[in-house]
Amino acid sequence: MKLLMTGNEAAARGAYEAGIIFASAYPGTPSTEILENLAGQYRDKVYSEWSPNEKVAVEAAIGAAIAGGRALVCMKHVGVNVAADPLMTFGYTGTTAGFVLVSADDPGMHSSQNEQDNRYYAKFAKIPMLEPSNSQEAKDFMPIAYELSEKWNTPVFFRMTTRVCHSKSIVEWGERTEAEHIKYVKDIKRYVATPAHAKPMREKVEERMKIMTEFANATDLNKPEYNGRAIGVISAGVAYQYAREVFGEEASYLKLGFTHPMPIETIREFASKVDKLYVVEELEPYMEEQIRAAGIDCIGKSVIPNMGELDTDRVRLGVYGKENPALQSEIKAADRPPTLCAGCPHRGFFYSLSRRKNVMVTGNIGCYTLGNAEPLFAIDTTICMGASISSGHGASKVFERTEPEMKVVSVIGDSTFFHSGVTSLMDIAYNGGSSVAVILDNRITGMTGHQQNPGSGYTLMGDPAPEVDIPALCVAMGIKKENIHIVNPNNLAENDAALDAALAAEEPSVIITKWPCVLKKPSREDRERFDLSKKQCRVDPEACINCGTCIGTGCPALFARNGKVEIDSGTCTGCGVCMQVCPFGAIEKAGE
Amino acid sequence: MADIKNILLVGVGGQGTILASKILSTALVNAGYDVKMSEVHGMAQRGGSVTTQIRYGEKVFSPIIGRGEADVMVCFEKMEALRWLDFVKPDGKLVINDYEIPSAPILVGKEPYPEGIIEDLSKKTEVSVFKAADIAKELGNPKTMNIVLLGALVKAMGIEDMDWDTFISMNVKKGFEELNIKAFRAGMAAI
Repeated sequence: MKLLMTGNEAAARGAYEAGIIFASAYPGTPSTEILENLAGQYRDKVYSEWSPNEKVAVEAAIGAAIAGGRALVCMKHVGVNVAADPLMTFGYTGTTAGFVLVSADDPGMHSSQNEQDNRYYAKFAKIPMLEPSNSQEAKDFMPIAYELSEKWNTPVFFRMTTRVCHSKSIVEWGERTEAEHIKYVKDIKRYVATPAHAKPMREKVEERMKIMTEFANATDLNKPEYNGRAIGVISAGVAYQYAREVFGEEASYLKLGFTHPMPIETIREFASKVDKLYVVEELEPYMEEQIRAAGIDCIGKSVIPNMGELDTDRVRLGVYGKENPALQSEIKAADRPPTLCAGCPHRGFFYSLSRRKNVMVTGNIGCYTLGNAEPLFAIDTTICMGASISSGHGASKVFERTEPEMKVVSVIGDSTFFHSGVTSLMDIAYNGGSSVAVILDNRITGMTGHQQNPGSGYTLMGDPAPEVDIPALCVAMGIKKENIHIVNPNNLAENDAALDAALAAEEPSVIITKWPCVLKKPSREDRERFDLSKKQCRVDPEACINCGTCIGTGCPALFARNGKVEIDSGTCTGCGVCMQVCPFGAIEKAGE
Repeated sequence: MADIKNILLVGVGGQGTILASKILSTALVNAGYDVKMSEVHGMAQRGGSVTTQIRYGEKVFSPIIGRGEADVMVCFEKMEALRWLDFVKPDGKLVINDYEIPSAPILVGKEPYPEGIIEDLSKKTEVSVFKAADIAKELGNPKTMNIVLLGALVKAMGIEDMDWDTFISMNVKKGFEELNIKAFRAGMAAI
């Protein structure tokens, strides 16, 4: 069968064909759809789960692989930072059954806080790395990755990037081959990484590096295509597709699919057969550094940018100094940054928060990061998953000593709280902090497109699951019951009362805002718990003086026309935040 | 690369460019072309500017369109035509939905919604303008605007003769096939 598939769909298909029986992940753009596909199409053969974070996902997959089942674990690039601890040592112990970790990097930061180049992780962990350049390879490389993993007893790093994950190209399917179950045998020296055992493991890692290097130089995954002699191009991943188009039929190519360890002898031979050697790679000079270190001259980052995503334009401009002519206009488009949706339950809370003076708001990763933007400006910092609560704690300890009038509020989403906010809140309770932790519970993992989580009542495979009782969890960690406030974030009076109480308390407080994501398809429980009736807001033009207060909520459904504010009936969800801020009572809910 | 055609769909997150592209690329694969398509996920989908890109021909390498390469650009929102203009060939065709979605800086009064877009672009290349939102509303479902625009795009591309009813039915929600086919035809008739 031939189908147009995204790289993520193809990677899922490839893992399925490779006979995996276990898959785990924490959602993160651009990796999310791999597990969604496994849990959807291939559920009868593959057990799939959303783990609370990437470290847990990797550890669960490690257990699955040691127990003898082929396992897949997927995450975005920054997720590998979270999971780096088990990954590094698993590189020592090695695996029983095949283990593949998909790292989906995001050059250009389409939906990420940084654009770190995760190829260095493979080098760091001394494990093999495969890099598909399109969907067909994303599928075809998977069974190869599992074979190599079992042959060398090593985790395999499967590096994808946004344009491989989210672009579609034609894929020819294969059939699933059931992997033979490798019976579990207790082997303490192999799997217990104490210092005494790890020292011989360390030596095995170096032996494996030699074997892998021999393979890299011999495999068809690293295949030269000789055309003209004048120009030779070494490339990998989606960068190869750009290079192939820019340099055309005349140039010779060495396309690398297996990029750790690097096939230096293959490269040396290729370099000897061309006059001018280019290395075209996205982000850092990972390949170029190693090629130069081997004494092979090449042109790389001196002409190809190391920042941002590549495309044919940037390669062409770098190499030939030319760009295509294009349509032009003198009229400039206004910026269009992403915004909190109309009816987003985060808006009400951030509006309330934005009215406060002398408050530092530490933020986190999720849709609610958009609370930093105009006109709310309600977030001061965003670093990584979980950082809001712990960095807020540190900030408040300093303010207590230096600027006592300053208070700290830390915001975190429900899924992010389960990911890595729980231990941060434990830090506050344990060490007598005074900051306010706000758990923005919208009943789902929002930004990545609505994945279930330990608080949402369902699993990835759609089975009912116990919901984490957030208030009880907070109490168990040492937050006093009277310092936990649960609010409907669309109700500004409730937000204000909770903020008043929490900011006045000298003990740690938690505010839990509870309202489902406006884009979420409500579950049966959501319908029972929340009034999700579809009334809309409308403006009484007689009463509106266009003072702009409602516009200050940043709701995209509101706009001023002819000296009056209007509400777009196509987008308004009737959350009522604008109605509550209007000083003239000019907004009402239709149908009430 | 002269035999490769490049189609750009631009709009605002949530306008349904992905579904329209999916139908179009299904049809192109069926016609025997090598096809690559790129879409945007994640944060940009939250009301930000989004593109979906389709490239087809005998053999396609890059999944994304470069500067000055698009043969046809369909703009689901008017101002987005300006933002992505750089990607269009100097003589590329534009299909513009005469529909404005003010962005955050416009809503708070920091920047104006640019004026004279259609007049300016019409001087430079072949531009088809129509009100897809009104057509979708008349059909009884404003959400079919993306399929109305797909109809217009297919007309502009000159590939009306494919089995569109089938490709639409394959990709839209069950029970909405008829409505979407109607929307598609209305879009074809609109330009």
